[in-house]
Amino acid sequence: MLSVKNLHAGIEEKEILKGINLDIKAGEVHAIMGPNGSGKSTLSSVIAGKEEYQVTGGDIELNGVSILEMDPEERAHEGVFLSFQYPVEIPGVSVTNFIKTAINETRKAKGLKDMPASDMLKKIREKAELLEIDRKFLSRSINVGFSGGEKKRNEIFQLAMLEPKLAILDETDSGLDIDALRIVANGVNKLRNEDNAVLLITHYQRLLEYIVPDVVHVLMDGKIVKTGGKELALELEEKGYDWLKAETV
Amino acid sequence: MSLRDKLISSHIVFQESLDADSPIYDLRGEAIKTFEAEGFPSKKDENWKYTSLNSILKDSYSLRPNGEADLDFKDIKQYLVNDIDTYNIVFVDGVFSSYLSSTTHDGIDVCTMNSALTKSKYKQVIDVYFNKIAKDESLNALNTAFAQEGAYIYIPKGKAADKPIQILHFSTGIGGEAAFLQPRNLIVAEENSEVQIIERHQSLTDDRTFTNSVTEIYAGKHSNVDYYKIQNDKLNASLIDNTEIEQHDNSIVSVHTFSFGGNITRNNLNFYQKGQHIDSILKGVTIIEGKQHVDHNTLVHHITPNCESHQDYKGIFAEKSTGVFNGKVVVEKEAQKTNAYQSNNNILIDDQATINSKPQLEIFADDVRCSHGCTIGQLDETALFYLQSRGIAKKEARALLMYAFANTVLSSVRLPQLKQRITKQIAKKIGVNIGFDI
Repeated sequence: MLSVKNLHAGIEEKEILKGINLDIKAGEVHAIMGPNGSGKSTLSSVIAGKEEYQVTGGDIELNGVSILEMDPEERAHEGVFLSFQYPVEIPGVSVTNFIKTAINETRKAKGLKDMPASDMLKKIREKAELLEIDRKFLSRSINVGFSGGEKKRNEIFQLAMLEPKLAILDETDSGLDIDALRIVANGVNKLRNEDNAVLLITHYQRLLEYIVPDVVHVLMDGKIVKTGGKELALELEEKGYDWLKAETV
Repeated sequence: MSLRDKLISSHIVFQESLDADSPIYDLRGEAIKTFEAEGFPSKKDENWKYTSLNSILKDSYSLRPNGEADLDFKDIKQYLVNDIDTYNIVFVDGVFSSYLSSTTHDGIDVCTMNSALTKSKYKQVIDVYFNKIAKDESLNALNTAFAQEGAYIYIPKGKAADKPIQILHFSTGIGGEAAFLQPRNLIVAEENSEVQIIERHQSLTDDRTFTNSVTEIYAGKHSNVDYYKIQNDKLNASLIDNTEIEQHDNSIVSVHTFSFGGNITRNNLNFYQKGQHIDSILKGVTIIEGKQHVDHNTLVHHITPNCESHQDYKGIFAEKSTGVFNGKVVVEKEAQKTNAYQSNNNILIDDQATINSKPQLEIFADDVRCSHGCTIGQLDETALFYLQSRGIAKKEARALLMYAFANTVLSSVRLPQLKQRITKQIAKKIGVNIGFDI
């Protein structure tokens, strides 16, 4: 599914990612953990195509095709989805209108006609229910006045609507209370299947109790310093990151 | 001969052609003197610092149509909001077209200024209201001096207009010379009445046109007036729109101005509050490009206590276009408990676009709430990335953000068909085909 090869990237001369290698197969869940400033969010932004980052070396392939030259929307059309750590407020555009536009623009890119309104409505209802989202919530402007939990739930709602191949969840657990975390995790788990993959970016092990990863990577100073099974997350929770630093030096 | 001199000298001939018994005969004489003394405003005038009329004043204009244009409904259809039933008052080159209009005298008067100024049954209303609200300054005076035609709308006490009214001023360029037009509208909404009006000045020629329009609106106690101005004219059409509004107890008046095109567009919008518990609403969306220029010069004069005013102007300026917002709020000493809100937000799309935004608050009362805010910026890059990451292409994402930016002004448009039409115009203006649901 996703293959990151010796990826170097940075912002304004400053190199942040210093040779990342990552292979995620369809049906898998990978977690990337690491201390603040290790490059976790940069990695997710670079995969999604944020323009302010420059890729200086290496490649990112989705199902064997390089996506480096693609605009963010083209990557989305190919099935990349990024759940933002800090979802953006857009006054004046309702959640429903936004998601309709997103779905139909993606369909347009694939040469398909707009989704019939009744199908759209049905799907919105179904996914809203899955994430325990109130109908009233859907007519509000995107993220404006939403609580931290509502913002994250809205991200996963969009994920559920767009059904991407690769879902990158950037710190989706931050700012969530335990109930919201359970709802979000339950939503993600129900959306998992053999054809898609999930990349979890997180600081803490907590989320991984609910969305169980197949592989855990530790990112430090722009490099993956350790890869292991789900038990690695527990080890990190216990020992912190410092022992790895000592190990890599 | 300068346009000023030409106007002054032609006024003598004009005045001779008129009936000396007209209720405004003397007024016209005084008005031309005011104009003669003051002339057209120049950039030396503080209020005109950012808008120069020089480029349009140097042209030669015909003050009267050089012939009669033959317009059919199909020629004007696209300029009407035509999916609602409305009264229409249509003028072609300053002359009323009964063929294209649908007026009424059934309970309310929706007709022409020319009949109101010449027929005795309207004399009383003209005596009481005509030129009583408009400030005595040069452009208003120039219009008064030549006032002859425009819309006359009278809604008596306790009546609501049964359908919206559209006022359309077309210029056809017949005869080949650039036209100078001076429509004069009077809207009187008596106590507890209600009316919705859509106004448009539209050039049908690529020749130059110059319009100096004056509209007076009287809003009686408990009346409700919604006025929508659509300014989406050709690149050679310039407009000075002077709108003067007097409000009384518990009245609500809203004016929405949609400025999407024209050469030089100047809006002088003045509200005078003469009663308590009045609400004045001023909203505008400006989206222009090229070398177009739109200037909003507003005044809300809070004279009496316990009133409110809300101003919300949004501007999107591309290429070398220029915008001006000069919003003045005056709160007199007696106007305690005033609640005045003003906001002007602008997006500059290109480096060469300009906006001059100048809020002016003159507050003489001590127990008031006045707030104002002004922003000038670019489209939010993070928001753009957010939309793109959801599969919305950059161009459409930009359009969606611009649309959302302007949407706070659209949200208070109370005619759904008009709102839909404006939405479509915005989409077209931004160059996207995207369904904006509201």
